Order: sequence, then structure tokens, then C-alpha cells
Amino acid sequence: MSKKTDGNVYTVLFAVGMVVVVGSLLAFFASSLKPNIDENKRIEKQQNILYAMGVNQNTDTSAEFVATTEAEQEFQKYITKQLVIEGDNITENDAAYLIDVKKEKDKAKKGGVRRLPLFVGEKDGKTFYVAPIRGKGLWDAIWGYVAMDENMVIQGAYFDHKGETPGLGANIKQRFFMDDFEGEHLLTDSGEFKGVRVAKGNNDPKNEDKTDYEVDAIAGATITGDGVSAMIKSDLQLYVPYFKSLKN
Amino acid sequence: MGILSKKDAALILDPLADNNPITIQVLGICSALAITAELKASIVMSISVLFVLGVGNVVISLMRNIIPSKIRIIVQLIVVATLVIIVDLVLKAFAYELSKTLSVFVGLIITNCIIMGRFEAFALGNGPWRSFLDGIGNALGYAAILIVVGFFRELLGSGTLLGFQVLGDPIEKTGLYAIGYENNGFMLLSPMALIVVGIIIWVQRSRNKALIEEA
Repeated sequence: MSKKTDGNVYTVLFAVGMVVVVGSLLAFFASSLKPNIDENKRIEKQQNILYAMGVNQNTDTSAEFVATTEAEQEFQKYITKQLVIEGDNITENDAAYLIDVKKEKDKAKKGGVRRLPLFVGEKDGKTFYVAPIRGKGLWDAIWGYVAMDENMVIQGAYFDHKGETPGLGANIKQRFFMDDFEGEHLLTDSGEFKGVRVAKGNNDPKNEDKTDYEVDAIAGATITGDGVSAMIKSDLQLYVPYFKSLKN
Repeated sequence: MGILSKKDAALILDPLADNNPITIQVLGICSALAITAELKASIVMSISVLFVLGVGNVVISLMRNIIPSKIRIIVQLIVVATLVIIVDLVLKAFAYELSKTLSVFVGLIITNCIIMGRFEAFALGNGPWRSFLDGIGNALGYAAILIVVGFFRELLGSGTLLGFQVLGDPIEKTGLYAIGYENNGFMLLSPMALIVVGIIIWVQRSRNKALIEEA
């Protein structure tokens, strides 16, 4: 018994039709929703930067951003300067937060000069320097923002990820992990860059020692944790010359 | 069940127990391992699969007479991928916070073998209403197992449920931890999900001998 849907001609025509229909459907959705999605991403960046420097609505346990409707306003209020560091050349640019860190990293890999955005914020009389970082987790990209003082002591951190395992690696965006970074030193006493390592078998689970260059790792999330250590090291290191120049 | 005939009701109820997609048909194991380290993720995944399987089954059922049998698997895959991507895009545009929570699940939903299995085994041969019920039933059966596994893994692995510390604070040593209890880190790793699913299968089959296949 052969049905009309078994024929080769029908099959090919069906496949072509399906591709055209599905392709245009997806293209339509993707392009008509793009402005909304881009706007959401822009606001999220502002929220992330503000979060790192302590402008957030955290409850006792969960990490909460400032409201999306207020992000723009708060961003203008707290971020006093947006810098772009390009080699020795430092310029101010109000759109520095839109710089795509991934593209800059790729550029550096090809031998170009990477533009490093740095956001200078002011809160309760204290100055924060917030830098974006980006790296690889287990499954996909991870990134974050680290707020430092002028001695490169971490004042706050925000991490996010694209596709880490829920309950394990995905917990890098939970407060119990991010809060541990607060107060950790990145530089040794002699001013050398050391970074902060996400360490297993840490002898300091309550994280009282702030100059051990370590925070406690998440069980079951070794590779994501290593990714966090690596991106802190590779990306924040680049800002050391700027912080040195602040002192002189 | 006033609204549903006996046969229709069976479509929903059977997958909950004696024809459970995970423990009897052994489908959807991959996602059951991947996201059951915490209860919240299990619940989110269950709801997503409920939605995709319900709608997907109806779409495939409506198309069942025009799908060429030679390429039906690809067509099924395209239908489910399109559905999931459109939902993902709409969420990204209008419910950004929610979409961030769900983005991890998108890939897992598309490749979930329960979805393909139900399309292939049921929706291709049945009308839309019955297919819809079958989709809902199987998704609920999947959800039941996911939530049980998620419950035990989060409770025994992290000492929390939905993020709340129900057994006390492991660092401050309060509650159960005060008397020497420790979280079992093994529970957080995927092999333990397989063992928990195995235990459920064992319990289920020893209660209902009819489920045991001839060796």
C-alpha cells in the first residue's frame, strides 16, 4: 500500500515548503522582537554594573537588581565616569558600558589593541571602579562585573552565565557565592597581581581571611569555578597599569 | 471524570503510574539527570515540558496526514525546535527575567526524547484532542518523577528545599548539623540521579509485578 505522502516528489516539496515557512516565521519573530530584546539587554548591563558596586535591592538571601524602570536613572546618578582604556590612551565615553567584551577579546587575540571599559562610581562618599570580565564555564560563556577600590580590593561582584548546570555551576550567580568575593585582595603587598581563586578544600569556609586570594568553591561545579578564577585573572590583570597610574 | 470519557481519562492517568515515561518507558532520562540537582529547576523544567508537549502533540496531530513518512522525524524535530525558539524569543522581549531562568532549559527541551517519543508513538496516529491529553498526561508523569528526584537530591545534597535551609545551617552548625549530620555531596552529581530513578523503578515494580518484563 502506498500513500500519496510516500512519493519522492511530495517529500522534497514538503521539505522545501517547511523550510520556507519555518524560516520566515523565525526570521519574522527574531527581527520584530529585536529592539525589545536589545533594550532589555542594555538595561541588564546597567543593572549588573550597579549591582557590583552595591546598588541593588538584595534581600537576606536572594540577589535583586534595582528595578528595570529605575535602572537608567540610577545609573546616571551613581556612575560618575565611564572610561575606555586603550593602551596608554584613556578616554571618557558615555557609551562605554555598551562595549562588547567578547568582541574586544577576539580583537586582542588577533593582535589588535583591546578597549577596556571601566566604570567609576560614587556611593556614600566611596569611589568604586567596576570592570567587566568574561570567560568560559563548563557549557558556555560566563561573565561578570567586579567592583574594586583604588587598591584593587574587591568591593562587590556580580556573575552570570549562559548555560551552566542548574543547581551546580549556575549557582555562581547566587549571593552565597558572589558575596564571598567582597573584601578579597587582588594584589599582593608588593603590588603584584595575584587574583582570587575559587578553591576546593578551602580551609576558610567562613571566608574570614581576606588576603588568602581564595574563596570557597561550589561542590559539583569545579569547571565553572575554575572558569571564574581564570576570567578574574586574565581580565582584571589588564587593569593593573591603570590602578598603578592612579597612585602616582 | 465527567468531562472525559474513560478512554480519554486513561490517557492522562496511565503515564502517571503504570506507563510512566521515565520509569517504564525509560525516556527523558538525560534531562532527569541534568536538572534535578535542585527542586526549583525540576519544577521549571516540568512546566516547560508540559507546555511544549501539549502544544507540540496537537500541532503534529494536525499535520499527521500531510507529513511525508520518510522525513517525519526531521519534521517533528523542526516543529518542536520552532515552538521552543519562538517562546524563548517572546520571553526575551517581554519577560526578560523569566527568560534568563529558562534559557538553560531550551536545549534540553528540544532534545528531550519524551517529546519525540510521544510525537512518534501517539500524535502521528491520533486526533488533536486525544493527542493533547496524551501530551499532558506524559508531561505530568515526567514531572512527578522529576520532582521526586529533585526533592531528594536537593534535600540530601544541599540540605535545602527550593533554596530554604530546612535542615539548619551547615557552616554555623545549627539544626541537624549540630549533631554531626553532613550533606552528601554525591547527591549533587548526576550518577546519583540515576540511582534515585533506579530506586523509584524498583519500588514501583515490586509493588506491581505485572510491570516486570520477561528476562
